Amino acid sequence: MFHSMLMKVTLFIPCFVDLMFPKVGISMVQILEKLGHTVECPEQLACCGQPAFNSGYWQEARTVGVKVLEELQNAEVVVIASGSCGAMLKVFYTELFAGTPHTEAATKLATKCFEFSDFLVTKLGVTDLGARFPAKVTFHDGCHGLRELGNKKQARILLSKVQGLELIEMKEAEVCCGFGGTFATKFPMISTAMGEVKCASAEETGAEYIVSSDSSCLMHVQGLLDRKSYKLKTIHLAEVLAQS
Amino acid sequence: MTEKEKILARIREALTLPAPIPGHAHANGRSVLPAGLLTHNSTPSRWLPEVGSAFEDRLALFRKNVADLKAEFHFVESADQAVGVLTNFRDAEGWKKVGTHGGPLTDPACEALGLPICRTDRAYEVTDLESCDAGISECDALVAQTGSVLVTGRSAGGRALSVLPPHHVVLARRQQLVGDLPEAFALLKRKYAGDFPSFISLITGPSRTGDIERILVLGAHGPKKLTIVCW
Amino acid sequence: MTSFVEQFKRRAVQLTRDLRHRHLIQTALRKYEAVRDKTRGSFQDWQSARQAAAETKWEAVNHLDKYLVEFVGKLEARGTKVHWASTGGQARDIIFGIIRQKNARSIIKSKAMTSEEIHLNDALEEAGFEVVESDLGEFIVQLRKEAPYHIVFPAMHLSRGDISAVFARELGSAPTDNPEELTMIARRVLRNKYITADIGLTGANFAIAETGMISITENEGNARLTAALPKVVISLLGIEKILPRLEDLALFLPMLATSGTGQPLTCYNSLYGGPRQPGESDGPEEYHVVLLDNRRTELLADPEQRDALHCIRCGACLNVCPIFRNVGGHTYGTTYSGPIGSVITPHLRGLQDWKHLSYASSLCGACTETCPVKINLHHHLLQNRRNAARQKPSAIEHFAFKLFAFVINRPGCYAFVRGVARFAQKFHPLLKGKRLDPAYGWTRTRELPPIAEETFKEHWRKRKDARD
Repeated sequence: MFHSMLMKVTLFIPCFVDLMFPKVGISMVQILEKLGHTVECPEQLACCGQPAFNSGYWQEARTVGVKVLEELQNAEVVVIASGSCGAMLKVFYTELFAGTPHTEAATKLATKCFEFSDFLVTKLGVTDLGARFPAKVTFHDGCHGLRELGNKKQARILLSKVQGLELIEMKEAEVCCGFGGTFATKFPMISTAMGEVKCASAEETGAEYIVSSDSSCLMHVQGLLDRKSYKLKTIHLAEVLAQS
Repeated sequence: MTEKEKILARIREALTLPAPIPGHAHANGRSVLPAGLLTHNSTPSRWLPEVGSAFEDRLALFRKNVADLKAEFHFVESADQAVGVLTNFRDAEGWKKVGTHGGPLTDPACEALGLPICRTDRAYEVTDLESCDAGISECDALVAQTGSVLVTGRSAGGRALSVLPPHHVVLARRQQLVGDLPEAFALLKRKYAGDFPSFISLITGPSRTGDIERILVLGAHGPKKLTIVCW
Repeated sequence: MTSFVEQFKRRAVQLTRDLRHRHLIQTALRKYEAVRDKTRGSFQDWQSARQAAAETKWEAVNHLDKYLVEFVGKLEARGTKVHWASTGGQARDIIFGIIRQKNARSIIKSKAMTSEEIHLNDALEEAGFEVVESDLGEFIVQLRKEAPYHIVFPAMHLSRGDISAVFARELGSAPTDNPEELTMIARRVLRNKYITADIGLTGANFAIAETGMISITENEGNARLTAALPKVVISLLGIEKILPRLEDLALFLPMLATSGTGQPLTCYNSLYGGPRQPGESDGPEEYHVVLLDNRRTELLADPEQRDALHCIRCGACLNVCPIFRNVGGHTYGTTYSGPIGSVITPHLRGLQDWKHLSYASSLCGACTETCPVKINLHHHLLQNRRNAARQKPSAIEHFAFKLFAFVINRPGCYAFVRGVARFAQKFHPLLKGKRLDPAYGWTRTRELPPIAEETFKEHWRKRKDARD
C-alpha cells in the first residue's frame, strides 16, 4: 500500500556523490521536498563501507558499517542515492554482520531502506514529478540495483512521465558497465573493455544521454566517453526528474 | 583404509556441518529437506513445456518438434504404408544393406525390403554394420514434449545400431507416443523394473554440431538422417 | 617464474586489445542468449524448475555418502569395476593400470572436463599411448595443442579458416571454408579410430544413484560410439555428479540443454549401467568407473560454499559473464573458467594462488541470476575475497582500509582529506595518464571527474546554517 502520509526521509549520500556529483543529492532533496516530505542528511555518515567489504576486509567494513547502523537506527525511512550502496545496506549488511551483536540492527535497517527510484514508485506511489527533459535518452541498469534490489521498471515508469523525453532501450542495458568498485583499478583493461561495450551499445540507440540510478557506473562511463570524445553524455535519473 | 573408505570418511566428516538450502535462507541449519519444499509437492510436468492431454495435441507437438530438429516424421495408417515409406527410401537413397534387430515391427518391414541384413541382436562384426546404409530399429517411446525417441539396447538392437549407420529409421506404433519426459522415465521404470538394459538413450534429432563458428552441421558422428515412421 | 595472477593480467591485456576476438565471442554468445531466451520462454515455469533443481542437488550433495554407496553398489552388482581416486595422480594411475593390463595402445575419448582437470591426455601421450579426442571441438583444439576454450564450446574462439588450416597441416586435408566439409573431414578420420580403439574413455554429466547408471549428454554421437565399440570402456567423473533418482533426469536434462546451449534437449542423452550384460550383443566386455575426489571433499567441508558442488557444468555462467566475454576462456589459465571456475579453483588448487580470479569480477551477479541450480556464485566470489584477506592480508591494502575506516568515520578528518585532495588535484593534469599518476589505474583509459567546487556536505551545511 502506498504511504500517502508525509514522512521524515533520511537521505544517505555516499562519498562519491558527495564529493563529485553533489547535484545528484541536491536533485533528490529538491524532489522529496517538493512532494512535501522532510529530508534529513546525517552529516556523520559518508560511506556504507562497500570498498572494504568488496576487497575482503570485512573487519574494516564493519567499523564503518557499525557507525551507519547507529546513525540510522532511529530513522523512519532511509533513501539511498545509489543502487550499489543501497544493495550494501539492504542486502550485504546482513551477511557482513551475521554472527555479530549487530545482526538484528542490520536486519531492521534492511526493512527501512530504499533506493531512490524504488522509494518514489513503490513506497510513495508517485510516478509523475512534473519534470520536463526534451531529449532522447537510454537507460543503463546498474547491476546492484537490478539484481540485488530487483529494480528495473521503477526508473522506466518515472522516465515515461517526463515531458518531451524519449527512451530508447539499448541492447546491452542489463550488462555490467565494468565499474565494479576497486575492480576498475585492479583490472583496468577488463573494466575498460566492458565500458567500451556499454558505450557502443548506448551509442547505437542514437540517444543523447545515458541515464542511470548509479553515479558510480556513470562516473566510469563518462570517464570513457570523455577520453574517447563521444558526443553522448551521462546524467543521473534524479537530475532528469528534477528538471522542469 | 582403502581409498573408498578414506573418501567416504572425508565426506561424512564434511557433512557434519549443515549447509543452507538454496532459495530457503530461513532453513539454515536444517540437514533434511523440510516438508512443503517444492520438490515434494510438485512434478516437473508443471514447469516443463506444456504438452496437452489429447492424443491429437501431442501428435501435433511431436510433429512440430521433429521438424524443428530437421528429422523426418511419417504418420501413416498401416504397417503396409510404413513399409511403403521404407521402400521409397531404399530406392531414393540406393540402400544396398541395412542393419536391424528382430522384432514385431522390424521383421515384416525388413523382409519386405528384400535387402541383405546385418542383425545386431546377435553377435555381429562392426565393419559389417559400418557398411550398412541404414539402421532400422524399434523404440520404447516417442516423446511429444521434445520430439525424442526413447530406445534401449533391448528395444533397438544394441548400442551401435541407432548411431553407426548414416540413416536411422525408427518404427513405432501410435500407442507409444507419450506426453513429456517425466512420463518417459516412468515408462522406463515400469517396463524394465529391476532388470534394466545396460544402455538407454533419448535420441532427439539427427547427430549435430555447432563447434565451427556456432553453425549447425548435421551428421557429425552419428546419423545425418533420422526418420520416424509411426502408425 | 611469473605467478598465476601476473599471467592472468598479461593475457587479459592481450585479449582485451584483440578486437577481432572480442567481437567473435560477443557475437557467438549473443546468438546463444537469443536461442536460450526462446527455449526458456517455452517452460511453463522456469523459476520453479530452478528451485526444484537446486533442492534436488542440495539433497544429493548433502547426503553424498549415502547416494555414492547406493550408486556404486548398483554398478558393481552388474559387473562394473568401480575405482576411487582421492587425487588426480591416483586417477591417472588407475587409468594407466587398466590400459597396461589390457595391453592397450590406442584410446578414444569423448569429452571429459574431469580428464582435463587431471591432465590425463598429456600423461598418456608422454607415456606413448595414442589418445584421440572424438568431440569435434576437442579434436580441433587437440590438433592445435591448445586447452579447450570453454567447458561446453571448446573451439569457440576459432574461425573456420583457423580450423581449415590446422586440418590441412595435421591431417593433410584440402583447405575449405565450408563448415559441413570440415565436419566431414573430422568424421572420416575419427570413424576408423572408434572401430580400432582398444579403450574408450568418457566423462559423465550425471550419476544416478537409484539405478546405478552414468548419464552422458552430447550432440554429436561421439560419446555413444566411444561407449559402444571398444572392448574396454572407462568413465571418469567427479563424486559430486550424483543425482538421487532416475526421474530427476526429466528435469535436469532439459535444464542442462536450455542453459548450456539454448536447445530444448541435447541430441543424445544416454545412460550406461554396466558392461555388456548377458543377452546383450554389443557394448564393452569390461566397464570401469573412476570416481574422483581431487579436493572436492574440501569444498564439501565449507558449508557456506558447498553449493558450488551442485554445478551441472552447463556453462551458462560463462556465457553471460561480461568478464569472460571480454577476455575469453584461455585467459583464466585453468581447467574451469568463468564464474564457476573462479569460485571453485581456489578450493581445488589453492586460495592464495587463485584468489585473483575472484577479484577479477565486477560482481554484477549475472551468473547467479542465470545458474539453473541457483548457486550463489557472485556471493561466493566475495567470500573467497574475504577468506583470502583473512588468511593472508596484503599489508598495504589492510593499512589502506584501516585508514579509510578511520577517516570516513570522522567528519573532521574527512573534511581535511577533502581539502588535501582539492589541493593535490591542481597538479594532477601534470601526471594524468602517466606512470607516476597515483590514479594511473583509472586515468590510463578514463578521465577522472574533479572534486566539486561545493560538495553535497558543504552545500547541506550552508543550507542548515542559513536556516538556523
